[in-house]
Amino acid sequence: MIEFELTPEEEATIAAAHKEAEELLRPIARYYDEHEHESPKDFIEQQWAQQRSGGGGMLGLGVGAALRIEETCWGDAGLMLVAPGSGLGGAAILMTGTQEQQQRFLKRYSEGEPKWGGMAMTESGCGSDTSAIQTTAVLDGDEWVLNGEKIFITGGQRAMDESDGLVVVWATVDKTAGRAGMKSFVVEAGTPGARIEKVENKLGIRASDTATLILDNCRIPYENILGSPEVRKVDSGQTAGFKRAMATFDATRPIIAAMALGVGRAALDFIKEALEKEGIQIRYGAPRHKLTAIERDIMDMEAGYKAAHMLMLRAVWMMSQFQANSLEASMAKAKAGLVVTRITQKAVEMMGPLGYSRKYLLEKWMRDGKINDIFEGTGQINMLIVARRVLDYTRDQLK
Amino acid sequence: MVSFSPSEEQQMIINMVKEFSTDHLRRVYRECDESGIIPADVIDTAWEFGFISTSIPEEFQGLGEARSSLTGALIAEELAWGDLSIAMHILCPSLVAIPLVEMGTDEQKSKYLPGFCGDRFKAATAALIEPRFDFDPAALSTTARLNGGDYVLNGEKCYVPLAADADLLLVYASENDCTQGFLVEKAATGLEIMEREKNMGIKALATYELSLKDCRVPKGNRLGGEDGCDFGRILNYSRVALSAMAVGVARGAFEYARDYAKERSAFGEPIASRQTIAFMLAEMAIEIDATRLMTWEATWKLDRGEDATKEASLLKSYADEMVLTVTDRAVQILGGHGYIRDHPVELWLRNGRGFATFNGMAIV
Ligand SMILES: Cc1cc2nc3c(=O)[nH]c(=O)nc-3n(C[C@H](O)[C@H](O)[C@H](O)COP(=O)(O)OP(=O)(O)OC[C@H]3O[C@@H](n4cnc5c(N)ncnc54)[C@H](O)[C@@H]3O)c2cc1C
Ligand SMILES: Cc1cc2nc3c(=O)[nH]c(=O)nc-3n(C[C@H](O)[C@H](O)[C@H](O)COP(=O)(O)OP(=O)(O)OC[C@H]3O[C@@H](n4cnc5c(N)ncnc54)[C@H](O)[C@@H]3O)c2cc1C
Repeated sequence: MIEFELTPEEEATIAAAHKEAEELLRPIARYYDEHEHESPKDFIEQQWAQQRSGGGGMLGLGVGAALRIEETCWGDAGLMLVAPGSGLGGAAILMTGTQEQQQRFLKRYSEGEPKWGGMAMTESGCGSDTSAIQTTAVLDGDEWVLNGEKIFITGGQRAMDESDGLVVVWATVDKTAGRAGMKSFVVEAGTPGARIEKVENKLGIRASDTATLILDNCRIPYENILGSPEVRKVDSGQTAGFKRAMATFDATRPIIAAMALGVGRAALDFIKEALEKEGIQIRYGAPRHKLTAIERDIMDMEAGYKAAHMLMLRAVWMMSQFQANSLEASMAKAKAGLVVTRITQKAVEMMGPLGYSRKYLLEKWMRDGKINDIFEGTGQINMLIVARRVLDYTRDQLK
Repeated sequence: MVSFSPSEEQQMIINMVKEFSTDHLRRVYRECDESGIIPADVIDTAWEFGFISTSIPEEFQGLGEARSSLTGALIAEELAWGDLSIAMHILCPSLVAIPLVEMGTDEQKSKYLPGFCGDRFKAATAALIEPRFDFDPAALSTTARLNGGDYVLNGEKCYVPLAADADLLLVYASENDCTQGFLVEKAATGLEIMEREKNMGIKALATYELSLKDCRVPKGNRLGGEDGCDFGRILNYSRVALSAMAVGVARGAFEYARDYAKERSAFGEPIASRQTIAFMLAEMAIEIDATRLMTWEATWKLDRGEDATKEASLLKSYADEMVLTVTDRAVQILGGHGYIRDHPVELWLRNGRGFATFNGMAIV
């Protein structure tokens, strides 16, 4: 049955997250935007306590979890990314690790001090083209030796320097094997040869640390490889293992879409509230030629939001049903990244001097929102995935 | 609990209508567009599915199943995928039957509903649109005034599908600045049906202008009687129906352009291998899906009896834009060939352009 009613539990989750966003995140959002590398200690403690008592991590599997994340990002997207938890690293481990690995690596996220996790794919020489990574992993006895430099790791510093966390690192075990040679490895905090070197200064989501990780003869146990260590070449240059690893993105992209939509809705709500104060009502249902330019703009923004929201919900729902959702996840991510960018940029324009002023959070949302069109596959990369899927093309047929 | 999977029954209906569209509509639609004539056997075959009679209560000789705008939207998408003109023709009687089922008085229902439950297609239609650029369904120029025991209607309407064949017309008019519906029988004095219109698209659908000059209808023919009708709701039924149809048309155009792009070579490789083309197709696919899902949500809300004016109107303007963009891109992807009538994409662009105009020409 096609059905859009949320369960009472989902409603409650959203309401609680909204309240938290209003009372906890909004009041400190500007401060941690202006104090880029400072840690919101109270917020972290509060989030950690909540998590340990059963709150989900980044990889929420269900509709409720995605909508919770949307609400949190309605509060503040930068802070949402600072909330402790296994993050993208956890998602990768859940998607590709064995039961034993999941237990060994993820247990820490439910006990002791706050911890973070990260995922390191991007290098200075390659971002979108993940097959070009240069970081190597060489088996030496019963250890893997990692060498390379990873950049732009979300939460990398908190994972490696500020907690007993971990980062899932992508490296190649056989450069000649292309994608088939790419494997992911768990590098735990405190491992010799792994060090955080740099934390970036950014346009937005400034509360979140974006770090460079240097791997200099970094030795990790053999058992820290995720998925199969085998390098099997098949015609298309892919292996089942690699495909499964890439499936991590099928789980995280809808979540990024939900994050984007939280920021977009924050901007929409802000502007609608401002208009309401001026006595301007949006006349839904009136013919387009009778609308003011402002009403048209708002309606276009709202419809765009709705369109992306439905795509996001579908992708999340499919994931919760264990249905393959790679097409739908990329559709949602591509659309939501674009929509949040347009909504927030338009909102700044519409509010004039109020939109551009740092007195309000609107300009910040425009800066925060933009990241959703970039990380976890840029808008273009997600369009490429959608196009390949609808054309039934391989990566060689459509580059 | 959120779910995006149609029920088993709905899936059966989708498959059945898709098959019908493939076998019948897709076989004749180009010819119909050129000649302006839809073969009667296609309409008769469609009638046998009982799209209209299914949700007419048993006491009025219908099948008495619960009416669902969502199921209606699923049907409308599949029919419009086959052909928009024929889809609008097939569903045209709904324009009267659905408002009657939902808002008619007992007398109106027993007088008119059994007519929709016979063996043959029953032509009935509604007249809403008026020939003016600033047409507003909530502020009609056509007026209705109570005079003695009759309502007197005055005004001009256009885009009235099947008006020449219909023996029952639901005419919308402004009564004290409020839009109400009036059941007008063909024989009514003062009702004049003009020549068939010549439109840019939906050329196979016969539409007419009509004029109402002191056209008198009995007081009891005001839809809903004393209480009148909830016109806002009827308009929402129309918005979702047309959006579903826009999705159907766009999907047809997308599929055709996609297949063509894989076949057609330029500069030594299929044009689909170029991002300019591939990204257009990706965007088309995304927008079609998004619009379909928005349609589902709005109809779901309507089925719960809630007010969905916001959802339906946002959806409608989104769908109008979407179908135009998608059909235009389809023509573009076919290049010069897209402009030629040997291919259907130019037909879909002409049909797609109309959605912003088709207010009230279909409801589910
Ligand atoms: C704040 C932040 C946090 C991040 N967090 C993480 C993280 O936790 N882990 C991680 O591994 N990475 C992370 N990243 C990296 C992010 O995933 C990459 O920046 C992104 O994938 C793009 O790679 P790039 O920057 O190298 O751009 P490039 O790949 O150089 O792309 C440049 C431009 O070219 C376009 N382009 C590239 N290839 C194609 C193509 N085939 N067709 C069409 N267009 C193309 C892109 O869309 C883009 O517009 C983060 C980045 C930022 C800014
Ligand atoms: C009414 C009409 C009159 C015409 N009159 C004349 C005339 O007088 N003389 C004459 O010689 N021709 C004429 N033409 C032909 C016209 O110039 C061609 O149709 C046009 O050049 C496109 O070629 P095509 O139709 O083969 O499309 P294709 O070349 O097959 O292109 C199909 C699609 O792929 C795209 N595409 C192709 N290659 C690439 C690429 N490398 N990168 C990105 N996208 C690409 C195109 O933009 C198009 O969207 C006429 C066409 C029409 C419709």
